[in-house]
Amino acid sequence: MFPTQFDYHRPGSVQEAISLLQANPDAKILAGGHSLLPAMKLRLASPAALVDLGGIDGLRSISTNGGVTIGAMTTYAQLRDSNELASRLPIVSETANNVGDPQVQNKGTLGGALAHADPAADFTAVMLALGASVKAVGPNGERTIAADDLFVDLLTTALAADEVLTEVSVPAGQGKVGMAYEKFRHPASGYAVVGVAVVVPVDGQGNAASPRIAVTGATSKATRATAAEQGLNGKPLTDQNIAAAAAAAANGLDLNGDHFASAEFRGHLIEVFTKRALERAAAQVK
Amino acid sequence: MTATVDAPERLVGKAIKRREDPRLITGAGSFLDDVRLPGMAHAAVLRSPYAHARIRGIDVSRALAMPGVLGVFTGEDVKDDINPLPCAWQAGKVQNNVNTPRVLALEKVMQVGDPVAVVVAESRYQAEDALDAIEVDYEELPVVVDAKKATEPGAPQLHDNAPNNVVMEWSCGKDAATVDQALADADVRVSQHIVNQRLIASAMEPRGSIGRYDPGTGEYTLWATSQAPHVHRLLLGAFILGVPEQTIRVIAPNVGGGFGSKIFMYFDMPLVLWLSKKLGRPVKFFEDRTENYLHTAQGRDHITDVEVGATKDGKITALKVKTWANLGGYLSTVAPGIPTTLYGRMVAGCYKIPNIHVDVTGVYTNTAMVDAYRGAGRPEAAYLIERVCDLVAGATGLDPAEIRRRNFIQPGDFPYDTGIGMLPYDSGDYERALNHALDLVGYQDLRAEQDKRRQNGSDKLLGVGMSSYVEVCGIAPSKWIGLPGEGWGAGLWESANVRVHLTGKVVVTTGSLPHGQGHETTFAQLTADQLGVPYDDIEVKHSDTLGTPFGFGSYGSRSLAVGGTAIYKSVEKVKEKAKLLAAHMLEAAPEDIVYENGKAFVKGSPEQGKTIQDLALAAHVGYDLPEGMEPTLEATTFYDPPNCTFPFGTHVCVVEVDRNTGEVDVLRYLAVDDVGNVINPMIVDGQLHGGIAQGLAQALYEGAVYNDIGELVTGTMNEYAIPKADMVPNYELDRTVTPTPVNPMGAKGAGEAGTIAATPAVVNAVVDAVTHLGIRHLDMPLTPERVWRSLQGASA
Ligand SMILES: Cc1cc2nc3c(=O)[nH]c(=O)nc-3n(C[C@H](O)[C@H](O)[C@H](O)COP(=O)(O)OP(=O)(O)OC[C@H]3O[C@@H](n4cnc5c(N)ncnc54)[C@H](O)[C@@H]3O)c2cc1C
Repeated sequence: MFPTQFDYHRPGSVQEAISLLQANPDAKILAGGHSLLPAMKLRLASPAALVDLGGIDGLRSISTNGGVTIGAMTTYAQLRDSNELASRLPIVSETANNVGDPQVQNKGTLGGALAHADPAADFTAVMLALGASVKAVGPNGERTIAADDLFVDLLTTALAADEVLTEVSVPAGQGKVGMAYEKFRHPASGYAVVGVAVVVPVDGQGNAASPRIAVTGATSKATRATAAEQGLNGKPLTDQNIAAAAAAAANGLDLNGDHFASAEFRGHLIEVFTKRALERAAAQVK
Repeated sequence: MTATVDAPERLVGKAIKRREDPRLITGAGSFLDDVRLPGMAHAAVLRSPYAHARIRGIDVSRALAMPGVLGVFTGEDVKDDINPLPCAWQAGKVQNNVNTPRVLALEKVMQVGDPVAVVVAESRYQAEDALDAIEVDYEELPVVVDAKKATEPGAPQLHDNAPNNVVMEWSCGKDAATVDQALADADVRVSQHIVNQRLIASAMEPRGSIGRYDPGTGEYTLWATSQAPHVHRLLLGAFILGVPEQTIRVIAPNVGGGFGSKIFMYFDMPLVLWLSKKLGRPVKFFEDRTENYLHTAQGRDHITDVEVGATKDGKITALKVKTWANLGGYLSTVAPGIPTTLYGRMVAGCYKIPNIHVDVTGVYTNTAMVDAYRGAGRPEAAYLIERVCDLVAGATGLDPAEIRRRNFIQPGDFPYDTGIGMLPYDSGDYERALNHALDLVGYQDLRAEQDKRRQNGSDKLLGVGMSSYVEVCGIAPSKWIGLPGEGWGAGLWESANVRVHLTGKVVVTTGSLPHGQGHETTFAQLTADQLGVPYDDIEVKHSDTLGTPFGFGSYGSRSLAVGGTAIYKSVEKVKEKAKLLAAHMLEAAPEDIVYENGKAFVKGSPEQGKTIQDLALAAHVGYDLPEGMEPTLEATTFYDPPNCTFPFGTHVCVVEVDRNTGEVDVLRYLAVDDVGNVINPMIVDGQLHGGIAQGLAQALYEGAVYNDIGELVTGTMNEYAIPKADMVPNYELDRTVTPTPVNPMGAKGAGEAGTIAATPAVVNAVVDAVTHLGIRHLDMPLTPERVWRSLQGASA
């Protein structure tokens, strides 16, 4: 529980942060520190330097213009308490309130959660389901990465070591959209043993129009449940269709297991929680 | 100073807020890591990554050269100066293959986390960095972590003197053949394999110690997170370091919980003293949470095969128990005493069972040491017998409450001897507590609701579970528990000094000590009432071997029943002396003096009496004392209890099991406890709340898991689920009061009752929810997957 020695930098701008990262190849970005610092205390990570984004103006913001754009350093507590989000993207406020405990919510950031890509994190699945994208700024300028392309593997993203994730954008939905996140909490960590996020737009007839369903906790990275999405697409949100989609949700996923929950049980939970999430989403667009 | 003859408000029985809390909850307490001595250096410990290995060699040269490093030491360096830690339990008539840990491993390691080397540096960070530079050449050996497997042929052998890894074979009760016959004769016979999983104590404050050697005086001072500083001093001096006991002082600062895990002697205690002498600096060691989980003593870990016989109307006629108790890689301080005296001899529970036979095999495995953990043996016993009652209910078709009623020891039976070597139960009315609990919870309505849900095929299965427990606490008469009796190596009396100062202020000095229980409040309440002095005039001192009389420590719910009685008796002695002095001052005959409410007076004329303050002043100035009386007003008592005490009660748990996920939701938790007379009901309720949370957590959440190569899979709080506030229900508490005749306060003890009762109540509730599907037993913790799997296989 004692980290190795490290230097600490607190840049005032994203550009300065990038320069520091380039100058210190063994440096790591520090956001809320709620994944990075525990890893350092266990000496699972031993960065030579930390580049703290906490001193950079403008990374803590929630703005709406059609879609919603959230600064990388926005904390869960800000997401949880935002009235704007509660009405436009209730899945975000609801999930923020479901991460860890109040202390974690006060410190942890959306950017940190996505950049860390913990296989049991909550917002990875939620952002996949929302079809979000992130802006990454590096030495060669900025680029946009779709959430679908961001999560590469266990704790691995498409971000380069000297790139800063600066914001997360969620596109504006068309028409009525039902959305819900259902989570089976680990009794010790509070992380998702299984979490299922669903975002279901419906067309004029009340049929699901390109629904997005994402699963976390059960695989090495948050993953879309494409079989369930396809099964539901174009169909009305009846109990029967929801049950069928839920039953297909784990299809094609490479499920992991541990002493608390086996792969088989996780597969079963994906079905139960997909069903619960879809039922809630369906109720919103009735 | 004015004194009145009006009776002051009685404090015993009042829910006074704990006087220690403002200090402890505002950060003004002083816990071990708050203690910072001038010139203090810091130790870090290199621990084995292997569960079983031979150490071929250790190279510390690179570590020695690291910045800030003052010294690096291995088992070879300390082996001539520091003896292996003692194990107190040496039962007669039992083969007892003792292997205790050395402070730093020599030749072999027995568990992941075994200390192998220590670095002392200017800062903890430097010490930790230097650990990475120590090179150890290990030869890995085969590993066994399961107690039953460890005794089977072909299992890896841990210690040369313990064939088949057996620590001891211990039995109690009638001979096996008699009990086998009773089983054969029974109308109904049930057998069950039951696992009582291993638990990690998880005190809020981990463990640690600071050693300071004073070369000028030759004195050693140890600050330690200790539940038993006097015992630690004794063991350090006489057994481990071989230095005169009187040169050692042990101080327990504020201790942030222990649950038993801080009773024991640990490697760091002698080591920091040795290091301090060697390096000429005070040395601190404070384990981090990872070290605490790997290496501080753990609890439970029994594998049991039980067989029970009963008549068809539910009278239990025979009970046969075979238990493998996992004691870890070495023996901790009292380890073998837990599954024997405190488990084997308690398996009868609240019931009259004519034929009982218990076999316990203590076993070495490549795991952390197992010793007393809140309840220590009695939770395992209560779990067993309370599961057995429900199994008999299932087999006879009778209601679980009815099985208990038909087998209860009756109020007229006390003192009651269960015939398996426990001391006689002191007092009780088990059926009253059961009936009261069932009335309060609305048992019949719950059963009706359960039937309704079963009929309409609800996904939320309702379960009602109960446990009627009895436990032994207030331990223990020395001649029973000590070497000639149960073999615990020492007596278990307690001590107290009560001193009325010249100004009339009172200092109670106790050999007992708190690590969260509120001794300062309870003991002051007791003294205030007995002596008739204001509560705020009483100070309770403890936890430092310099200035407190010898005591055996806080565990076994003994502080009030044994330590409190020592205070009570000291107050009585002070009052006797006060009366003699008052007789002299009032020129009356001693036999005419009464002492009431802080005043001694001639019977019938309280106005002319002398207050305790007047008497204390006279006793101290000393110029007008009766012939032969010594000055001052104080008394010391060393109290050895004539018996233990036996709290009891019934807990009822109502759960809802989600058929789809196996999740268990605790809807209600109701407890009727009888802890005898209560000094402070709020403190008792607090003990019960915490105890129930721990017991419920064993049922639903907690469990230490080792993999096949002996790594602790649940090695962090991310994996090991201690209960948080939102994981436990609201508690509905009530009491019956059956005073114990064992001590003058009539108080039994409340520290462990909740833990002991809760585990079986919760498990019985969950099994009750699914029993109509043919499920008779589920092993803990009842994780969603376990419950879900059982439902997958179940009928209907
Ligand atoms: C007790 C506890 C319980 C928790 N429970 C949950 C839970 O239930 N659900 C859940 O989802 N999470 C949980 N977490 C994790 C928490 O959400 C973390 O805060 C989050 O995963 C990481 O965010 P952070 O801001 O703390 O990032 P940090 O820990 O500071 O950083 C994490 C990683 O991301 C990198 N990084 C951070 N920000 C950026 C950026 N802007 N650009 C590029 N790289 C960046 C860092 O370099 C680092 O590698 C828990 C944590 C704790 C301690």
